[in-house]
Amino acid sequence: MTRLSAENTILAREVIGRYPRPKSALIPLLHLAQEQDGFVAEDAMEHIAELLGVTPAEVLGTCSFYEMFKREPVGEYLVNVCTNISCMLVGGEELLAHLEERLGISSGSTTPDGRFTIEDVECIAACTEAPCLQVNYRYFYKVTPEAADALIDDLQHGRRAHEVPRHGILARTRQSLPSDRRAGNAVPGVAEEPVWLRAAAAGVEGGGA
Amino acid sequence: MTVTNAAPIVSTRCGLDDGHTLDVYLATGGYDGFKAALAKAPTVVGDEVKAANLLGRGGAGFPAGTKWGFCPPGVWPRYLVVNGDESEPGTYKDRLLMEKDPHQLIEGVLIACYAIGAAQAFLYVRGEMALAQERIAQALNDAYAAGYIGKNILGSEFSVDVVLHWGAGAYIVGEETALIESLEGNRGMPRLKPPFFPAAKGLYLQPTVVNNVETLANLPWIMTNGSAAFTKLGTERAPGTRLFAISGHVKNPGVFEVEYGVTTFRDLIYAPLYCGGIRDGNELKAFIPGGGSAPWFLPEHVDMPLDPSVVGPSGSMLGSGAIVVMDSTTDVVKACWRLVRFYARESCGKCTPCREGTSWLEKILARLLAGEGRPTDLDLLLDVVDNISPAPFPKAKTEAGDWEAVPFPYKKTTICDLGPSVGSPIVSALLHFRDEFESYANRGVPVEVTLV
Repeated sequence: MTRLSAENTILAREVIGRYPRPKSALIPLLHLAQEQDGFVAEDAMEHIAELLGVTPAEVLGTCSFYEMFKREPVGEYLVNVCTNISCMLVGGEELLAHLEERLGISSGSTTPDGRFTIEDVECIAACTEAPCLQVNYRYFYKVTPEAADALIDDLQHGRRAHEVPRHGILARTRQSLPSDRRAGNAVPGVAEEPVWLRAAAAGVEGGGA
Repeated sequence: MTVTNAAPIVSTRCGLDDGHTLDVYLATGGYDGFKAALAKAPTVVGDEVKAANLLGRGGAGFPAGTKWGFCPPGVWPRYLVVNGDESEPGTYKDRLLMEKDPHQLIEGVLIACYAIGAAQAFLYVRGEMALAQERIAQALNDAYAAGYIGKNILGSEFSVDVVLHWGAGAYIVGEETALIESLEGNRGMPRLKPPFFPAAKGLYLQPTVVNNVETLANLPWIMTNGSAAFTKLGTERAPGTRLFAISGHVKNPGVFEVEYGVTTFRDLIYAPLYCGGIRDGNELKAFIPGGGSAPWFLPEHVDMPLDPSVVGPSGSMLGSGAIVVMDSTTDVVKACWRLVRFYARESCGKCTPCREGTSWLEKILARLLAGEGRPTDLDLLLDVVDNISPAPFPKAKTEAGDWEAVPFPYKKTTICDLGPSVGSPIVSALLHFRDEFESYANRGVPVEVTLV
């Protein structure tokens, strides 16, 4: 149970600064906490509440609404198998059953060694590539039972580490807003009519030019 | 067949391995549309988009230029929020655009911000789409460094920050006011409206335009080629091109950009250029024309054009451009249950008819599938739907049926359309395939009671 590290606290403050109101950074900071610990710890939620100036209950209220946030540890690899309509029509349910048997667990649970969690998920927007699954939100398309076995073998032996980071790590490229290039937050009650609109209204041809 | 094979507008770089890089983007006309916009007055840009009659590509199909015009004058700041939370069952096209051509989306964002006077934009990307988040983050970083975003863009008066924001797994956040709530750090629950349309009161209760990814991706082309070239494609009421994802029991499922309003369902499902027909030589049984929330169509409807002004009055919707094809082997009751379970899981819980109704509907269908149903369950399903969406529910007219088409949209006792959407698979499947439900309902073995 950990708070955000010193390094992540600096990053958190930078992220908060991108929004006109701090609370907008709540979901990004929950992602940061999950990236740090693999799940969202209670202490991290309290820390986020302090950083945003809201109550811990508000943080929990938002956190518990979104299904990607895990408040208990899950497997190193979260295997999300789609069983919604497009995948169901071409073998999504069979793929899920195959993986459950292969890993010896039912969906919603984690292998005893803590390496794999299986989830039976809804549409993940790869419908023309069905049946599909994600491991830690990395896509695998048109997955046959054989391909699923090979994928599990690879993950067990660390052969996919370059493409599938451990659970909690989402995008590995972050946006960085360069301070010398920023336009600045548009804050309600402070921001005025944008200058390029005013210039155009004043009859300057090509308000942007 | 009306396969026009028109040159694509939004998917030109989707076939490239490196179409997401700034170098390739610039080498293929990238940011030219934005430069053309910057040379015009913002109102002229807005008028051009209005003249193009660019219909929103997210689901509702509202004209983007008109939506922009709903911002009240003199209220600042205004925001642009990009809806990249694609999660309607069967839908796969915005993710493609975000992963394969992020700069095209960013260019569309810049053109929209310039026209409406938005000083800050938020690009909300579905949480589960890690690659899209990575590609957009890199594209934003490169575009800032090259001077396309930020302060005094390309030496002009125009300044805007574009902030990438990840979601965290909630279908309901695709609804624009729920998305705004989420962006404010709250649970993603839709706001009561009217009066709070986002263009009047959106993010932080300021004027906010929420546009879909594909909608914005059209803007660079419109700025470069003009609205007249855009309206030459498609039909008057459905101009341009549109991305459609066709999945399910077809030979070659795929995402195709076709002329809007002209192309038909038959073209997409059967033309060799697109899906090439039903798999294994099977017969078509039914298809969903616009994502899981759309009422179903039958084989007799395949010659209908992909035009919202035709599909809507015919009892369904083109929605998010997602066509799901079911062949003769499909267990309709099971397909129905899969879709209903989706709405039961994704209901945000704010409105009682949806929160309670969707989960009861799921339970009834589950017991039917388990052979534990009752003959009265069929009418019970329709009765629960009626509590969420009062009759008559939108439906297609068929040759065999003795009813008239009920046009889209549905009525509702809920704030948003998630609740009524659960009625689409139920009403459609029961209307057209009631015998399959009856077969399940009669599987329950009656209990013999012996009086002693």
